[in-house]
Amino acid sequence: MKRFRRIVEKIAEGMLTLSGAVTTVTILLIVVFLFREGLGLFKSPAVEKGYALCVNVANPVDRLTPFQIKQIFDYAIVNWAELGGKDEAIELFRFDDIFSRYSDEELGAENDYALLPDKLGEVVASSPGIIAFLPEEYLPRDLKGVRMLRSEHITAGDFFGGREWIPTATPAPQFGTLPLLLGTLWVSIIAIFIALPLGLGVAIYLSELANEQTRKLLKPAIELLAGIPSVVYGFFGLVVLVPLVQKAFGLPVGETGFTGSVILAIMALPTIITVAEDAMRNTPRAMREASLALGATHWQTIYRVIVPYAKSGISAAVVLGIGRAIGETMAVLMVTGNAAVIPKTLFAPLRTIPATIAAELGEAPAGGAHYQALFMLGCILFLITLVINITAEAISKRQHNKGL
Amino acid sequence: MKRILLTAAVVLAALSVLTAQRIKGSDTCLPLSQQEAESYMKAHPSASLTVTGGGSGVGISALLEGTTDIAQLSRRIKFDERRKLQAQGKNVKEVIIAYDALAVIVHPGNRVTNLTREQLEGIFTGKITNWKEVGGADLKIVPYSRETSSGTYEFFKESVLQNRNYMSGIMNMPATGAIVQSIGQTPGGIGYIGLAYLNKSIKAIHVSYDQGKTFVEPSVANAKNETYPIVRPLYYYYATDSEKVVKPFVDYVLSAAGQKIVGEIGFITVE
Repeated sequence: MKRFRRIVEKIAEGMLTLSGAVTTVTILLIVVFLFREGLGLFKSPAVEKGYALCVNVANPVDRLTPFQIKQIFDYAIVNWAELGGKDEAIELFRFDDIFSRYSDEELGAENDYALLPDKLGEVVASSPGIIAFLPEEYLPRDLKGVRMLRSEHITAGDFFGGREWIPTATPAPQFGTLPLLLGTLWVSIIAIFIALPLGLGVAIYLSELANEQTRKLLKPAIELLAGIPSVVYGFFGLVVLVPLVQKAFGLPVGETGFTGSVILAIMALPTIITVAEDAMRNTPRAMREASLALGATHWQTIYRVIVPYAKSGISAAVVLGIGRAIGETMAVLMVTGNAAVIPKTLFAPLRTIPATIAAELGEAPAGGAHYQALFMLGCILFLITLVINITAEAISKRQHNKGL
Repeated sequence: MKRILLTAAVVLAALSVLTAQRIKGSDTCLPLSQQEAESYMKAHPSASLTVTGGGSGVGISALLEGTTDIAQLSRRIKFDERRKLQAQGKNVKEVIIAYDALAVIVHPGNRVTNLTREQLEGIFTGKITNWKEVGGADLKIVPYSRETSSGTYEFFKESVLQNRNYMSGIMNMPATGAIVQSIGQTPGGIGYIGLAYLNKSIKAIHVSYDQGKTFVEPSVANAKNETYPIVRPLYYYYATDSEKVVKPFVDYVLSAAGQKIVGEIGFITVE
């Protein structure tokens, strides 16, 4: 019998070890996967994969940045002189335009479009100011009169320093994360500034001032707040908060970073309150009583003894609250308007990293540059939350070492 | 005995999966295909159809991989998509099942009623930023767009912006319902939605594609008589070698009963 129990115990131990190992390995694999997919971005061509840009052979321009390409195809740059070329108007040519110039027979449609490359070559060679966006499969073969622009890779500078996020721009998608990163930080930091005083106030009230009955009622109610799905918060924000913010501040539009901050503050409150309250209640009874015995009032005890004692717990609460705010997706997606601009004021629409990933990953073709860029955003988010978690860990460790 | 039953169940499940028809693709077509599939299955109890969304591009790649029988698209198949299918020896057949009109909407308090395509292009590319430039009040224009994953986003860009990019910093809303909600409460807002989503909380703009000679109100009747310009067809694509399997359902969609559902959902019927 005893032996049997020992075997069972051994098996149980083995299972626990195994599940621990499996979890660790899974998490590591996820991180590796995240970074592998993300880093692939810097090996992707700046122009859409499988396509190339061609110009007339007489054109001296031979390299264009992704941003210049986008401006050309948006008619924002209309003359080659602006790009260091000759004074010649830029003529745009997209691949599909060939079908409006030539009929299917002329292109040899039955014969696998055999004549297509030659016709494309003729078009490019005949026009000195042309820039043509063509699939590599149909590039003019002998390249007489045609020159391909040098293909470049997306650089880290473009990604981290770019100011425009337009992943669907053809031919050169714009992956500038600056607006997204700043948007995320902006919204989260303001959310904490709103949530911190409120959360601390409630935590102090709950742990020190409220009588047992109120506490028993309030605490579960606050914990319930944490259980509400974020999409419900988002919906509430869109229907109630957005018009409110718009009217209160007389703004042209109510979907702003501030609206997002308010929603995030509400969502971060339960975390802050619970953690901070626990820290305060952990103040040893001896310290409270000593303070009161010395003649300090209740209030003096709170802000001279209890809050300083619980300082590291409170800091941990703040850091965890920030973590919650930075990673939040759905609610922010619904109330911030998702305009990818560098936020100059809090009262304008902005876009956060999690909202971008959630909104765009569904349609980004697997393995493409857009997909990899979204994974890279995931990496950034991962690093931010990693730093936050390490900070939280370090802060809450300090409390234990403080000894009493 | 148990094992035999289990095997039988697995085989049966596999068989029913094999005979089930799968429709995949555009989210715009999704409600229509779902309704059609439901009423088709009601009429033919032995038939089994599964309808899933994901986006037009997803539908085509599923057709490529053979994981769907019908791809539903809210745009025409692209040249290189057709080429990829041909490279696999698959010839696809194209069927237009309905038409969808896009309405440009503003806040009901906005006094602008008419806009030309050029003006719309200016607004959505960020060149026109105040309503007074197009005959309205002195109010900032707040353009709303759908997310990049939406076929509607692509079609609007193609038809109205003539392939130019939306202004950077345009507001992206995750769903059509959110656009309606936001524009209803934003005095300077402008956006685009499917005709079926029009309601009293917003105002539809009359659009002109001929430099302002005629402005046409978005309505089912105007879309049908082809005077309203922002109309796109919705397509089904299927491989010619699976025609036998899918034909009955496609025929049902095109039949009077099927087209009645098209009208009920707010799309325009195929004549």
